[in-house]
Amino acid sequence: MAATYREPRAPGFWPLALLFGAFVLFLYGPMLTIFVLSFQGPEGGLTFPMRGWSLHWYRQLANGLGVVDIGAAFQRSLALGAVVMGLTVLLSLLASLAFRKRLRGGNLLFYVTIASLIMPSIVVSLGIGLQFRLLDSGIKQLAAAWGLHDWLETFTTSLGLFSSALGAHLSWTLPFGLLIMFAVFNRFNPAYEEAARDLGASPWQTFRHVVLPLIAPSAIGVGMFGFTLSWDEIARTSQAIGDVNTLPLELQGLTTTVTTPAIYALGTVTTVVSFAVMALAIGATRALKRRQGGSR
Amino acid sequence: MSTAAPVSPRSDQGVHPWWQALPFAAVFLVFFVIPLGLVLMVSFWDFNEYELLPAFTWRNYVSMWEGCGRLNEYGDFCVTLSTYLSTLKFALLSWALTLLLGFALAYFLAFHVHSVGMQTLLFVLCTVPFWTSNVIRMIAWVPLLGRNGLLNQGLAAAGLTRQPLEWLLFSDFSVLLAYVHLYTMFMIVPIFNSMMRIDRSLLEAARDAGASAWQTLWNVIVPLSRTGILIGSIFIITIVMGDFVTVGVMGGQQIASIGKMIQVQTSYLQFPLAAANAVVLLLTVLMIVWGLTRVVDIRKEL
Repeated sequence: MAATYREPRAPGFWPLALLFGAFVLFLYGPMLTIFVLSFQGPEGGLTFPMRGWSLHWYRQLANGLGVVDIGAAFQRSLALGAVVMGLTVLLSLLASLAFRKRLRGGNLLFYVTIASLIMPSIVVSLGIGLQFRLLDSGIKQLAAAWGLHDWLETFTTSLGLFSSALGAHLSWTLPFGLLIMFAVFNRFNPAYEEAARDLGASPWQTFRHVVLPLIAPSAIGVGMFGFTLSWDEIARTSQAIGDVNTLPLELQGLTTTVTTPAIYALGTVTTVVSFAVMALAIGATRALKRRQGGSR
Repeated sequence: MSTAAPVSPRSDQGVHPWWQALPFAAVFLVFFVIPLGLVLMVSFWDFNEYELLPAFTWRNYVSMWEGCGRLNEYGDFCVTLSTYLSTLKFALLSWALTLLLGFALAYFLAFHVHSVGMQTLLFVLCTVPFWTSNVIRMIAWVPLLGRNGLLNQGLAAAGLTRQPLEWLLFSDFSVLLAYVHLYTMFMIVPIFNSMMRIDRSLLEAARDAGASAWQTLWNVIVPLSRTGILIGSIFIITIVMGDFVTVGVMGGQQIASIGKMIQVQTSYLQFPLAAANAVVLLLTVLMIVWGLTRVVDIRKEL
């Protein structure tokens, strides 16, 4: 269909192609710069020229940057990202199945989801932060009323990585998850399901053996997307996290305090993790498709 | 549910849809609807240095706009007003820039690149940088734009400047540059999506009727890409209006924004003030979005 009207390069092709090339350079240029500069020699600074090549700044990074425990933040973000990924796939898949049926209040739920997507993140973050702080004072009053004084001394806050921060991330990843699943089911041919039902499959069997294998690659895509959004999330997390920080939050703080190429090394390492996750996801999708192709 | 995802036949079999949607809906109730309600509620609360005082007051909204009726002794607006104007300026400028750039690039991908494989390849090429943290993508500009950065070195070597240009980094310019750098993709994707739905025979018809390339672009393609343009615009405007990270990092923590104001107020535990600010920000954004969405039903276009 793309070749229905083909002709010599339409007017405007070359200027636009040039613009596109410039845009790609614009996207990659800065990244490549910090990648190169992260291998700066021990004497080198934040800018060119390179004073020798070394892994010095990676070693610095491994030893920690100032008071910030990068390794711990790294693990926290990884764990949070993994949980967000799993929940995003599960919840948006379930919800999209519900939306395929007649769902009362579905319109309302859809608009709330879209509202969450376009709501300035700082507002959501402030709200979640407030909510958990009010919850804290409620808990403290209750505990005092019940005479739980020992417990009260150890209790600090209900704000945390897997309470408020997780919720903040989900309010950001789930709308994307649902929209992707909508797009997937819009192009989904219900004839397969009908065939399965006509052959006597139960709803669960239909889902498990017909629908799920067909949408699995998209579900992996949703998960991958969820992880990346979470891995990079700052704005919604900022007010909704307790005493510990996620990696991007630490990173944001470090931009003002660290003035050595170690920060470029950190940038390179976090980028490598994102790429590894993508590679894993793409590999998994491929494997799934191959298995489906083979079993036919 | 008039324009929902397609309803499959014989849909009343299996689990009740309500149960399937419940976890999803619960997340948005607990982590979106209730928090927003609390922001609204607390914006009317009083506070002192130690605690929030749950009593109705307009104080936060009033103190926000204190002294805004006139210019101060230096001839400037009050802090709140000038912060809102500055943020609006960034939103408007980055919207215009990303729209122009995004439209041109989407147009190129949709109408000049004919094979689907090539389109996918070019798209992936543009998405790969998104796998990197935004903060990293921001600080990546430092070695290029800094005082001793590549650009200043180049300009000096070429004899164009005697002193390094200071306005390249930690300035309005660098903030705007970062917005364009980070968010142009949010414009390209929806516009491209709209453009791919345009029936190609319409373009032929326009040409056969004697329209020039520009006329086709302006009278056929732009109106039919309206949805994508609007979705992209909503994205950019809401992101920039609430932003405090980019403006912080790229502005060297020197440039004000509404988001930053809210962040500073919460760090001083002035939650009611921050909440009042958030409500005003929200109303501003909602007004802009409402104006934009009047023309389009997003759900129909998925």
